[in-house]
Amino acid sequence: MTLSVKLSRIALALAAVGLMVGCEYKEPGAAAPGEGTSTGSSAGSDYVVQIAGSSTVYPVSARVAEAADDTLGIKATVESTGTGTGFERLAKKECDITGASRPIKDSEKQACAANGVEPIELKVGMDGLSIVVNPENDWCDALTVAQLKKLWEHGSEIQTWNQLDESWPNEKIRLFGPDDKSGTFDYFNEEIIGEVPEGQSPCRDDYTPAVQDTVLVEGVKGDKYALGYFGYAYYVMNKDSLKLVGVSPTDDKADAVVPNEQTIEDGSYKPLSRPLFVYVSKDALKTKPEVTRLANFYLKEGQEAVSKVGYVRLPKATMDAGLEKISEVVGQ
Amino acid sequence: MSDVFQRRLKRRQRTSRIFELVCLLSTWFGLVVLVVLLTGLMLKATGTWDPTATGAAKATENWLTPTLLTNHMSSDPERAGMVASIWGTCWLILLTALLSVPVGLGAAVYLEEYAHENWLTRFIRLNIANLAGVPSIVFGILGLTAFVRMFGFFGDPTAIGVPLGIGMLKIPLPFGKSLLSGAFTLSLLILPIVIIASQEALRAVPQSIRHASLAIGATKWQTIWHQVLPASLPGVMTGVILALSRAIGETAPIIVVGAASYIRFNPGNIERMSELVTKADGLLLVPSSQYTVMPLQIYNWVLNSPDPEFKNVASAAIVVLLVILLLMNGIAVYIRNHFSKRLDW
Repeated sequence: MTLSVKLSRIALALAAVGLMVGCEYKEPGAAAPGEGTSTGSSAGSDYVVQIAGSSTVYPVSARVAEAADDTLGIKATVESTGTGTGFERLAKKECDITGASRPIKDSEKQACAANGVEPIELKVGMDGLSIVVNPENDWCDALTVAQLKKLWEHGSEIQTWNQLDESWPNEKIRLFGPDDKSGTFDYFNEEIIGEVPEGQSPCRDDYTPAVQDTVLVEGVKGDKYALGYFGYAYYVMNKDSLKLVGVSPTDDKADAVVPNEQTIEDGSYKPLSRPLFVYVSKDALKTKPEVTRLANFYLKEGQEAVSKVGYVRLPKATMDAGLEKISEVVGQ
Repeated sequence: MSDVFQRRLKRRQRTSRIFELVCLLSTWFGLVVLVVLLTGLMLKATGTWDPTATGAAKATENWLTPTLLTNHMSSDPERAGMVASIWGTCWLILLTALLSVPVGLGAAVYLEEYAHENWLTRFIRLNIANLAGVPSIVFGILGLTAFVRMFGFFGDPTAIGVPLGIGMLKIPLPFGKSLLSGAFTLSLLILPIVIIASQEALRAVPQSIRHASLAIGATKWQTIWHQVLPASLPGVMTGVILALSRAIGETAPIIVVGAASYIRFNPGNIERMSELVTKADGLLLVPSSQYTVMPLQIYNWVLNSPDPEFKNVASAAIVVLLVILLLMNGIAVYIRNHFSKRLDW
C-alpha cells in the first residue's frame, strides 16, 4: 500500500518536471490567437524596444518614445548610459537602439562585429556643444579655440581666470565637464584639443566629471567662477541660471559665435556644431517591426521632439537620406 | 564630613542632570533634522515655498497631484506620473519577500535548531554577519553576472514556460532585465539581515518551551513548527520589515541589474487594481516583465531630466515614496501584532 503510494508520487513528480522542462515558452498571443492579450490600441506583438546610450540624446529618445507610445502604441524603455556604454550594450544585444553624441569608433564597430551585430547609423538632430559660465560672470563673453585648448588640455597649468586673459579676475576657475564615458567628452577633445599621444588622456584630470549633465548644470549654477560644457538642450532648459560663451575658431575674439538654432543649423557655430546619432542594430531593424517603425519615427514625427528638447532639427536632405537607409535595410 | 558628602551629592546630581540633557538633545537632534527635511520637501512638493528656487521659478505650482499617481512617465513635468514605478516597487518587494523569507528563515532555523556548535557553523555565522555589511552595489554587480546574464550560459535569450492553473508562467533565460533579476538580487542583499534577525528571534524563545514539547513526545519538526516558530514570529517579522524597508529604498543595485529609467507600462500590463482579477494571465507575465522602481524614478528625475521643473516633481515623488513606505510598514506591523496576540503559553 505505502509502496504504491510512494511510487505514484514519484511518477507524478517526474511527470511535472518533464512537463516543465519540455514546455518551450510561446507568446500567449501566438498560442491562443482567439484570446487576444493586448487590450490596448496597439496591434501585433508586444515587443518592447530597448533604447540606451548617450545622456545628450536621452531627452530626445525619451520624448520620441513617449510620442511613439501615444500615437503608435509602440512600447519602449530608455536608459541613459553614456555613449560608450551604449555601444557595449548594442554589441551584447542588450539594446536595439543606442543614442550617441559622436560617431562610432572602430574598436566599437569591431566589438559589435564580433557578436554579429551590425550598427546602422542614423542622424537624428543637430547640437551645439555649449560652453557655459555662471550668469554673474560679467567678464567672459567669448573664448577662442586656442584658449579652450590651453584651458582643457592634458597637464594644463591654467588655474585662474587671469591666466587666460590678464584683464580677468585672479580667481580660481572651477571646471565642470562630462566624464570619459561620454560622447560629448570625446567630441570636445577631438575638436578642441586634437591628437594626443597614444595612451595619454587628451584632457586635464583636475576637473569635476559627471555622467549626468544636470550635475554639471548645478555645478556651474552654484559657482560664480565656474566654467563647463555640455549639450545645447541642457542650456536651453536652464537659460535663466546659465550664461553662454561664444566660441571663436580664429584667434580673434570678434569672430566668436554664440550657439543658437540658426548658427547650429548653418554650421557657423564652429567647431562645436555636431550631429547627434542613434545607432540601430541591423538585425533588430530587419526582424522587429516595432524597431523599424520607431527608427522611422525618430526621423519623421520625432523631429518635433528634437526641437522641443532644445536641439536643432535635421535638414530635409539628411532626413530623407536616413529614411532611405532604413527602407534599404528593411527591404533587403 | 557631612560637608564633603553634600558637595559630592551636588556634583553627582549635576552629572545626572547633564547626562539626561545630553540624551534628550540626541533624541531631538534626529527628530528636528527629520522634521526640517520633511517640511522642506512638503513645501517644495506642494509649491508653497521653494527655498532653492532662483529667479522667477514656478514655485507656486502644486506637484503633489492625483495625476502623479495615475499617469505614466512623461518628458513634460505637468503630465509626468509615477504609476509604473509604484507598481514596479510593489511587485519587486512582493517577489523579494517570497524569495528571501522562506530561505532566510530556513537558514536561521537550521543554524539555531539543528546545527552543532563547531568551527563550520561559527565560520558560516561570521560570514553572514560580514555579508550584511557588503555595499549594495556589489550585490548589483553580482546580480548582473549571475541573473541578468547568467554567465552567458544561454547564448541567445530564450524562455521556458511553467504550466500553472491559469496559464503559462514565463521564465526568461537568462533572466535579463526582468523583475526576476531584481528580486533575486535584492533577496541576496537582504538575506543576511533576515537570517540574523530570525536567529535572534529563535534564540529568544525559552529553552523550556522546546523541552516541554519534546517531553510530551513531539518530534523536532512538530516542536519547531507548532511552538518555536509561532513564538519567534514577532521577532522574525520585525527583521523582515526592516530588511524589506531597506530593499524598497535601494537604487544602486537596481540600476546595475537593469531597471529601466524610462518606461511607460506596468509589469504584466496590469494598470489597475481590478485587472489583478480580470487580467489574471497578465499576472504570469509579471516576473518576466521589465520594470522601474520609485527610488530610481526619483534619481532619474533629479539627474537625467534637463527640465529643472522635474526637481519639484521629484520632491512630490519622495513624499509618495515615504507615504507608501509608511503604509507597507504599517500593514506589516499590523500583521505582526495580529499574530503575536494569538500566542499564549
